[in-house]
Amino acid sequence: MTNPIGDIGGADFILAIGTNTTESHPVIGLQVKKAVRNGATLVVVDPRRTEVAGLAHHHLQLKSGTDIALLNGLANVIISEGLVNKEFVDTRTEGFEALKEAVAKYTPEYVAEITGISPGVIREVARGYATAKNATILYTMGLTQHICGTDNVLAVANLAMLCGHIGKPNSGVNPLRGQNNVQGACDMGALPNVLTGYQSVTLEDVRSRFAAAWGVSELPAKPGLTVGEMIEAAARGEIKGMYIMGENPVLSDPDADHVIHALEKLDFLVVQDIFMTETARLADVVLPAASFAEKDGTFTNTERRVQRVRKAIEPLGEAKPDWQIICLVATAMGYPMQYGSPAEIMEEIARLTPSYGGISYQRLESRSLVWPCPAPDHPGTPILHVGKFARGLGKFHPVEYVPPAELPDEEYPLILNTGRRHFHYHTGTMTLRTGALEEYYGREHLEINPADARSLGIADGDRVRVVSRRGQVEVTARVVDTVPPGVVFTSFHFPEVAINKLTNTARDPVARIPELKVCAVRVEKIA
Amino acid sequence: MAEVTLTIDGRQVTVPAGTTVLDAARSAGIFIPTLCHDPELTPWGGCRLCVVEIEGMRNLPASCVTTATNGMVVHTASPAVVEARKTIIELLLANHPEDCLTCGRNGDCRLQDYAYLYGVREAGFVGERHHYPLEEDNPFIIRDLNKCILCGKCVRACAEIQGKNVVDFAYRGFNTKITPAMDTSLSGSDCVFCGNCVAVCPVGALQEKGLRAAARTWEVKKVRTTCPYCGTGCTFDLNVKDGRVVGVTSCDGEVNGRALCVKGRFGYGFIHHPDRLTKPLIKRSGVFEEASWEEAINLVAEKLGSIKKEYGSAALGVLSSARCTNEENYLMSKFTRVVLGTNNIDHCARL
Amino acid sequence: MANVTLTIDGQKVTVPAGTTVLDAARSAGIFIPTLCHDPAIPGFGACRLCIVEIPGMRNLPASCVTTVAEGMVVHTASEAVIEARRTIIDLLLANHPQDCLTCEKNGDCRLQDYAFMYGVRQTSFHGERKNHPLDDSNPYIIRDQNKCILCGKCVRTCQAVPGRSVIDFGYRGFNTRVVTAMDVPLGESDCVYCARCVAVCPVGALTYKPMAGKGRTWEMQKKSVTCTFCESGCTFELNIRDGKVIGITAKEPGPGRPLCLKGRLGLELLYVEKPMTPMLKKDGQFVPVSWAEALGLEGLVDRMKEVEGQP
Ligand code: SF4
Ligand code: SF4
Ligand code: SF4
Ligand code: SF4
Ligand code: SF4
Ligand code: SF4
Ligand code: FES
Ligand code: FES
Repeated sequence: MTNPIGDIGGADFILAIGTNTTESHPVIGLQVKKAVRNGATLVVVDPRRTEVAGLAHHHLQLKSGTDIALLNGLANVIISEGLVNKEFVDTRTEGFEALKEAVAKYTPEYVAEITGISPGVIREVARGYATAKNATILYTMGLTQHICGTDNVLAVANLAMLCGHIGKPNSGVNPLRGQNNVQGACDMGALPNVLTGYQSVTLEDVRSRFAAAWGVSELPAKPGLTVGEMIEAAARGEIKGMYIMGENPVLSDPDADHVIHALEKLDFLVVQDIFMTETARLADVVLPAASFAEKDGTFTNTERRVQRVRKAIEPLGEAKPDWQIICLVATAMGYPMQYGSPAEIMEEIARLTPSYGGISYQRLESRSLVWPCPAPDHPGTPILHVGKFARGLGKFHPVEYVPPAELPDEEYPLILNTGRRHFHYHTGTMTLRTGALEEYYGREHLEINPADARSLGIADGDRVRVVSRRGQVEVTARVVDTVPPGVVFTSFHFPEVAINKLTNTARDPVARIPELKVCAVRVEKIA
Repeated sequence: MAEVTLTIDGRQVTVPAGTTVLDAARSAGIFIPTLCHDPELTPWGGCRLCVVEIEGMRNLPASCVTTATNGMVVHTASPAVVEARKTIIELLLANHPEDCLTCGRNGDCRLQDYAYLYGVREAGFVGERHHYPLEEDNPFIIRDLNKCILCGKCVRACAEIQGKNVVDFAYRGFNTKITPAMDTSLSGSDCVFCGNCVAVCPVGALQEKGLRAAARTWEVKKVRTTCPYCGTGCTFDLNVKDGRVVGVTSCDGEVNGRALCVKGRFGYGFIHHPDRLTKPLIKRSGVFEEASWEEAINLVAEKLGSIKKEYGSAALGVLSSARCTNEENYLMSKFTRVVLGTNNIDHCARL
Repeated sequence: MANVTLTIDGQKVTVPAGTTVLDAARSAGIFIPTLCHDPAIPGFGACRLCIVEIPGMRNLPASCVTTVAEGMVVHTASEAVIEARRTIIDLLLANHPQDCLTCEKNGDCRLQDYAFMYGVRQTSFHGERKNHPLDDSNPYIIRDQNKCILCGKCVRTCQAVPGRSVIDFGYRGFNTRVVTAMDVPLGESDCVYCARCVAVCPVGALTYKPMAGKGRTWEMQKKSVTCTFCESGCTFELNIRDGKVIGITAKEPGPGRPLCLKGRLGLELLYVEKPMTPMLKKDGQFVPVSWAEALGLEGLVDRMKEVEGQP
């Protein structure tokens, strides 16, 4: 996020794209509600009528996967109606002409055809966003997931820069991250192309600095493979050994049967987790890890805030904190790795990572810090891009709408949309074992529009089979008008409804994000 | 902003104009008891426990809704004030169940605190008692309306913090109670079980079901930490008793204040779930067998090492975790690059 | 001494012959609730809360008075045991005032602990309530007999000091009470206010008067100190609230550690932020006295300060 969570409550205009905020990020949702109570205009872009959509002044129920067309359409209106923040564009950005050219064809009428949103509404939303004093954009998985920026993020950034709604309070471009420490995992270089703080592995001086600090002569220079590529490589027999820590790709990745097949093909798989997950079952060795309550550390939240995790109890049984296990494996492989505590590890991170340079456990004891925090006396940076972008001038990147890889056809006439539920989290490993959440919300169902249900002869509560080109699952139908005709929805929290058996592995060419939000399915009633 | 100076219990106190007498007193470290007041919620002035004596004013005004003015002379603990507070507490106790013995809030209850503080041992009035059934049909929150003192904080918290308006005052007089629309239970309403009403309730009328059955308030140690679920990063206190996490309570989080969602507040049960892995496991002929750490680590090191030797670093891959800490992700990145010699590391952030 | 091995809750436990089942369980870290048991004066067996199930024995024996035997099998938390404990607590509550709201013992009371632990929320018997006046006839100890559960610990600990026996059981049936000779208030009795009884009372029937109203048990931090007044070396606790010592309470008396008023007062003077005014009985009346007189030795105070260093 370019701006803190607390800023959202003070915005005058909120454009929430593909975020079911009140369910997926409930406490951020409170800020959205607060802004609305204080008179802000809320626009929600989502095929489904979610709780937050119910609060919106405009709910743009667009066709799945057409967000870029809509964003370009908004830019088109802003430019053609002369609502551009000229001063901001002139002094802070470059490439405006190219953008202007690229969005020229995205007239409201043209965009309406693609998205199903009426031209009038597109104009009204564009005007509202452009003329608001402080407008903020929130988005999540529905749009993009990748930290280093993809075309999709850029389409949002274009809009914010056009109107100067960035680099100041109560505005900005704000991705809401799904998991507690996605931000931190990216920051720490758990990515194939960068080391900590997004320092590229392809840069000689970066590598040599890290190599020196880590006491080795050189580090690999070639960017590695992404999750999906690793799975592909495993399936082809090119990757022979994998070490998986605290992830459950069998349930969370698209085309689950294919993932299982790939992992089974490995010569050796070690999984380190707190539960015997669907992925751990495939392992040769399973290492018992400590939960968040059993260790010290830090998480970095979606607004870049680094906060302490504190040990409350001893690890259960023989479980160990992940950091200790990694040290043991490294040491056993001939590279002695030893730290007295996570605080020591953070000292090393701070030395190697400019944006974390001023962060230490000592400072975190009294309050959190928002990176970039380059020095021990730096207060942190809650708002990014104030006065200046990191690269100097903000560059407009024209982007084009590309239709989803898999569109409905006669055989698979419906679009399957997946997401999260308020009472659950991710692959359910934790939330299905709380003794409370699963008791209250214990069974998953498939949401289907009454019109589709009628034509398929499905009644509320019927068991149905959902089939895609890749797999099928059985689930109970819930007939509701919160999903539009042509779309069905469910979550990926429940192992018994392993919906990612169905989803598509087609990936965005830059970010390599699978197209989890859109895949073609058919639904049939189980007799 | 303009400032006003007033005298509270003989001390000169200067505060910005518009400050309440309550806040002025608190800013000077002078204690005034409150039941219905909450700094984050709209002032209500309903319970009257915060009454003070102000020279020149008739009656005893409620300090939480009285604005400080220049030259005002306030007495926060005069005999009349203390007498009034005692009477208020007695009246509250008159129809309050005598249940501290096993009440989950025993030891962390404002009514109890003030009864002790003002030495109100017994209700001076023998009032009619309510006989509402205990509401415990959901796994998160217990509602015991017999203990409700009608301070209305839950109503305001639900509306103003949670933005839901699930609960409100209903009926009149002695029968006044707090309830969802149509007088249903919470589970029959729109309630999302954020528990933010529980966090503000001053007494035992709203309680965390798991926590309050597992421990008495004085038995728990609180450890401040960050929520392990979504990327919002709410702060809360883990409540620990005898080495077990028995619940979660709100603190004043930098991101979230006291607000949490159902997962953060009530989703801690996985920590001690019997399914937790507690021993290293090695698969032998398709079956997992328990192993020692030494054995397991040596096997991992040997296998990864031999793949690297035979097929090269590119034949190895690592998935790090968006759930683990920064330090752990950093070490995993270091391990992958230095020990395995590859950049094949990613996590499921893209998913 | 010979050892015996028995099985408690499925766990093999080996203890010296002659050990009670209660001590055997405790030595193995197995919890059994007790109310009347005093480790310094064992063998009373009245409250029955410590009952366990021992197959082959009729009824549920009280573990604090049952000696272990070779091969014995004990269940400390079987359904029958839990049920019986619930009934006992329920009966105790039947004529116990519902006074935890402001009771000084709230938070450190065994009756309350066990009621919570066994989920006895409210008594199902409607017993007659006692209505004894509060006995605060002396400056040191408050007696609230309405809260007394007649465990007898105070009686036994008082009698354990040769020639003392200030209190004993009196009357019968529902009217049974712990009384002084002639049932006079404690202030008029031969009581020496050593507070041995207060130290062992499991509930709020006996509490310290100087601490009344000064804070609740959960607000207090405790720190052990050893009295150096005489060579017995009795142990006391400083009760600290918000960083200030607000009172002295005695820890349970033990062999050679009798507890006495002088020792407690000495520590009061030494540690307590605002020490109470010492009072001694003269001609049947409590009157304020100087510290030197209260402690019985001129110059003692100075000597103690020398030994202990300034607090
Ligand atoms: S709500 Fe407070 S006063 Fe009432 S029973 Fe519970 S602890 Fe006692
Ligand atoms: S739990 Fe949350 S939603 Fe439910 S009544 Fe309380 S504040 Fe409202
Ligand atoms: S339930 Fe609690 S917060 Fe709500 S009115 Fe009653 S006492 Fe106040
Ligand atoms: S409490 Fe809820 S909103 Fe806050 S971090 Fe946890 S899961 Fe997210
Ligand atoms: S006063 Fe206390 S110690 Fe004495 S019998 Fe009663 S409860 Fe037991
Ligand atoms: S003696 Fe114990 S149970 Fe009785 S009122 Fe006092 S604290 Fe409550
Ligand atoms: S706190 Fe002021 S009236 Fe309730
Ligand atoms: S403790 Fe054994 S009978 Fe009382």
